[in-house]
Formats: sequence, C-alpha cells, structure tokens
Amino acid sequence: MGRYFAIRIGRAALTIVLVVTFAFVVLRLSGDPSLMILGPEAPPEVLAAFRKAWGLDDPIWFQYLDYFGAIAKGELGRSMRDGRPAIELVLERIPATLALTLPAFAFKVALGIPAGIYAALHRGSAIDRAVMMAAVAGFTVPSFVLALLLVLVFAVQLGWLPSGGQDSWRHAILPIATLSLGGAAVLARFTRSAMLEVLGQPYIRTASAKGVPWRKVVTSHALPNAAIPTVTILGFMVGTLIAGAVVVESVFSWPGVGRLLVVAVANRDLAVVQCILLLVALTMVTSNLIVDFLYGFLDPRLRMKGAHA
Amino acid sequence: MPPLVSIEGLSVAFNGVPVLRGVDLKLQKGEALGLVGESGSGKSVTWLAALGLLPRHARVSGSVRLDGGEILGAGEAELDQVRGGRVAMIFQDPASALNPVLTIRKQLCETLALHRDLSGAAVKAEALRLLDLVGIPDAARRLSAYPHEFSGGQVQRIMIAMALAGNPDLLIADEPTTALDATIQAQILELLWSIRREMGMAMVLISHDLGVVAENCDRVAVMYAGRIVEEAPSNQLFADPVHPYAQGLIGALPPLDGPRRRLTAIAGTVPDPASMPGGCAFAPRCALAAEPCGHAAPSLAPIADSRTVACIRAEASRRALLGMAAE
Repeated sequence: MGRYFAIRIGRAALTIVLVVTFAFVVLRLSGDPSLMILGPEAPPEVLAAFRKAWGLDDPIWFQYLDYFGAIAKGELGRSMRDGRPAIELVLERIPATLALTLPAFAFKVALGIPAGIYAALHRGSAIDRAVMMAAVAGFTVPSFVLALLLVLVFAVQLGWLPSGGQDSWRHAILPIATLSLGGAAVLARFTRSAMLEVLGQPYIRTASAKGVPWRKVVTSHALPNAAIPTVTILGFMVGTLIAGAVVVESVFSWPGVGRLLVVAVANRDLAVVQCILLLVALTMVTSNLIVDFLYGFLDPRLRMKGAHA
Repeated sequence: MPPLVSIEGLSVAFNGVPVLRGVDLKLQKGEALGLVGESGSGKSVTWLAALGLLPRHARVSGSVRLDGGEILGAGEAELDQVRGGRVAMIFQDPASALNPVLTIRKQLCETLALHRDLSGAAVKAEALRLLDLVGIPDAARRLSAYPHEFSGGQVQRIMIAMALAGNPDLLIADEPTTALDATIQAQILELLWSIRREMGMAMVLISHDLGVVAENCDRVAVMYAGRIVEEAPSNQLFADPVHPYAQGLIGALPPLDGPRRRLTAIAGTVPDPASMPGGCAFAPRCALAAEPCGHAAPSLAPIADSRTVACIRAEASRRALLGMAAE
C-alpha cells in the first residue's frame, strides 16, 4: 500500500516539475517582459536596467536553476509590475474565483448526475433524447459563446441581470450559470454512459432475478458501480476550481485568478504566471491523488491490487 | 397433478425480430428438465422472458403460469416475489454475475431479507448455513469477502447459495458449468443434484452439453430457432431421437461404448432470426426435408406416450435411424 502511494506521489511531483519547466521556458521564449511592461518607447538604458534587475540577462538555464532554488526556499518571486510578491497577488484573487467555481461545481453535480442517471434509466425515451441534446449542446458550445448568449438574453434583452462586474451576488449569477451548464452537460453524458454500461452487466440481471425491486437494483447495485468512472470526471472538475474560469472571468470582468492570469500572460509578468500555473498544477495533481484514493474506496478490486503493488 | 409451471405460446421479439416463436412447456413439481439446443435457439430467453427479466424493448406474448397463476405481464411487485422466492435462477458466467463492489454477505443477506422472514442474527446464521451447504469453507470469515476473492467454482457455489436463499420451488440453471473447468463442472453438478434431491425442488438445466443433460434430467426438450422441436424422457430421447435435428445433435456425440464410429456434423448453420425460412426452420439443413416442409412450420404433436415432436417427416426420420429403408 505504502509503495503504491509513494509511486503515485512521486509521479505527481514529476508532473508539477514538468508543468513549471514548460511554463518557464515558453514564457521566456515568447516575449520580452521589459518591452511589455515598460513599452516599446522606453529608452534602451532603462530596458537594460530592468532586465538586469530581474535577472533576464542571465542564461536561461541559470534563471531556471535560480527559480527552483527560490522555490525551495519558499520564494515564488515578485510581480514585475508592482514588485509585490506574486503569491500575494494570486492568493487575494482566489476567493473571487472560488465564489464562482464552487457554486458552479455544486450545480454541475446537482444537475448533471441526476440528469445522466435519469436518461440512462429511460434510455430512448423523449426525455433521454432531450437530455442528450441539451448535453451535446452544452458540451459543444464554447463557454464564451454561451456566456455572450446569456448576457444577450438576460442582461441586454430582459435586463434582469448585470452583464459584468462584481458588485453584488446578482453579478455572479450569469458567470456561475455559464460554468455550470457546460460542466453539467459533460457530467450528464458521462454519468449516462457509465450507468448504461453498468445496467448492461450480468450482476444487474442477477439482482433482478433475486427479486430485488428495481429501485433498489438501481440504488444499491448500479450506482456504486457507475460511481467509479464518474469520480474520474469529478476529480478533473475539482482540479479546475482554481483556474477553470479564465474565459468566463474575462467575459464577465470578474476579478479572479483567471483574469489575473490573462493580464499576467499579456504582460509577461513571469513570476505571477508561474505562480498561478504552479497552483493549478498542484490542485490538479492533488485532486488526481484524491481520485486515486477514492477508487480504492469505491472498488474493492483496486484496493487489493493497491495492496499488492 | 397440475403442473408447477405451464408455458403456452411464449413468443419474444427483439426490435420486431422474433427470437422465440411459440414455446409450449410444462414442468411438474420436483421434476428435472433439460433444455438443449445450439446458442441462440432460445433456451435462456424462454426463462428470462417467463420471469420478466428481458430488456424493456423485448416484446413478449403468450402465457406463463406458476401454480395456475399467470405471471407473464404481472406487476413488478408480484414478479419480485416470484423471482428469487419461488423461482430462482443461476447464470453461465459466475464471475460477472455477482456485484463486484458488494460483499458476499450483502448480496446473500439481501435475498434472505427479501424472501424469508428473518432478521438480525438469524439472517447471518442462515447465510452461514447456506454457504456451508454449498461447500464454501470457512464461511464465517469469508462472508465479508468480495466476489473477486473467490475462484470461479466458488463464486458459482455462492450463486447457488443465493438461489437457495428464497427456498425456491424451481431452480433454473442457465449453463451453470459452461464457464468452469471440467473438474469443477462435475463438482458443481453434483452439488446441484444433491441439493435438488434434498430440497425436492424442480430444476431446469439449460445446457448445450448433452451428456450433462442425459445424466441428470428426467425429461429433455430440444430447442431449435426459437421453438421446441422434440420433447421426451431423457433415456428415450438419447436412445431414439426422432426429430432430425435431435438426431443430428446426438449423432455429433462420441459414444462411450460400442464400436468407434465417425461423428456426424449437422451441415449448415442456424438461420438468422431476421430471415427465417418459411416452413420448418430446420428444413434447409435437413437431409430428410421434402417439399411440404417448406410450407408451414410443424407444431409439436404426440408420437408416443409422453413424447412429442415437431416434424412432418417424423416417421421417415425414425425409420432412417433404425436403418430401415426410407419409405
């Protein structure tokens, strides 16, 4: 058991290092922060001083080692724009993002999973087809299109809700709706196919042949089995809680981590971008680890394998 | 004596394609009936349909009476009392027939709670007794194990224990040993038969293994393409099969004694249910087929005491078997 999770955790750490390395290299190859922040009209000596101050003149491998050395000391660098620690900038944005992504996550689960189960249990019915059509629509329409559509209807036409900003809870409704609908569609599709797969298994027929009432066949025989693949997609969704709202935050001018990321990338504010990516990688990897633990909890066969691995 | 189960004109169609085309079958209390035929002949579908276990898109018609009471099209609540209570079923692949994420205790006690007036410690005691009865060693400890922690033969024993939990009048064993090793097969059959003797329940053994059926069943029904084509006491059927298909099946078996002979195969393949021949479904593969065979499907008709066969060439077929000149 210990070895099984040691391997998982080692792999998780490697994933984080790779993400951070990739971000580090791409950011430095794709633009010069001094030009982005000071502007193309800035005098050359100012630019040179800026580069020297931030260590941008050093060879990239040197900067890289320097960066990891700092991380080891708990230093995530400072924003090139205002000199504040990057981690502070990011942390102060997290509550705003979670104010969108947490309720959206709850709605996705509350909407998507029951819809998927219902559709699977009534396969081929009009409601199944309606759920699946809605799911395909929610699945294929990009979130910025959906966001603009919702703004058009509820803000512009009906005037019920504001189209952007963060002044009251009403401002959160449209962004949360945008995030929820797409995610609920994905979950509904996943849950439906997981349920259909399980309902076709011989042990479901065995349960019916024992005289177990259908409702109980579904709740105590089918659902625990269908939960296993569904947990995978839920884990993925938990992983996007921190930075899964980049597009939606931009459309609705919501001052969360997503918007900070967009602005920081545009400015090549290296420390801030890297700090966000590090956090994203951490949440992703953590939620994956939690999913692995949950698998063991849900599926006794994996528990055994884990014990032997 | 009124039959325990009486099936009349049972037909099943999947998406308009008929797979069961009017099955008539009676089963007495305590009787062991063998149901043989190739894959797809409708052996399992007959009983899945009778118990309302087919998927919803299956169209089922006809009549299935249990102790005189119609159960085809009965309400779910009534069927749930019959299933597992009066009629239990065990399946071909034991490994996938048990729920992988539930313990044996949970799956066994569930049946006990549904069909027996037991509670608390009595449920567990009965579960242990059943596991002991089917030969699971160290039952007390293994109750909390999961299906994957047992071997295939053991899982089938657990399935049998679950089937017995409701004290059924009839046990339907759908290819109960097909997925098991030969040595385990014999043990499971032995177990089934000792339990049947002890409990006096009726049994339907669905199998394509004629040897198993010959050895264990009082009566045999041969199915072909969704119909019963011959029904007879087992010793008579194996000694003197009348329907050309039954003859073909038995001719394909190596004899245990007597001179060695070349085994015969039945030419051709089972017709596709979507494009059944007009008359007798076996006619295209039948050496004795004559022109009238293509006109109408023959119905089961008595040819001797407790023997029926669905073949208009039955006489010719019988004579051919006995080595007489055909007509």
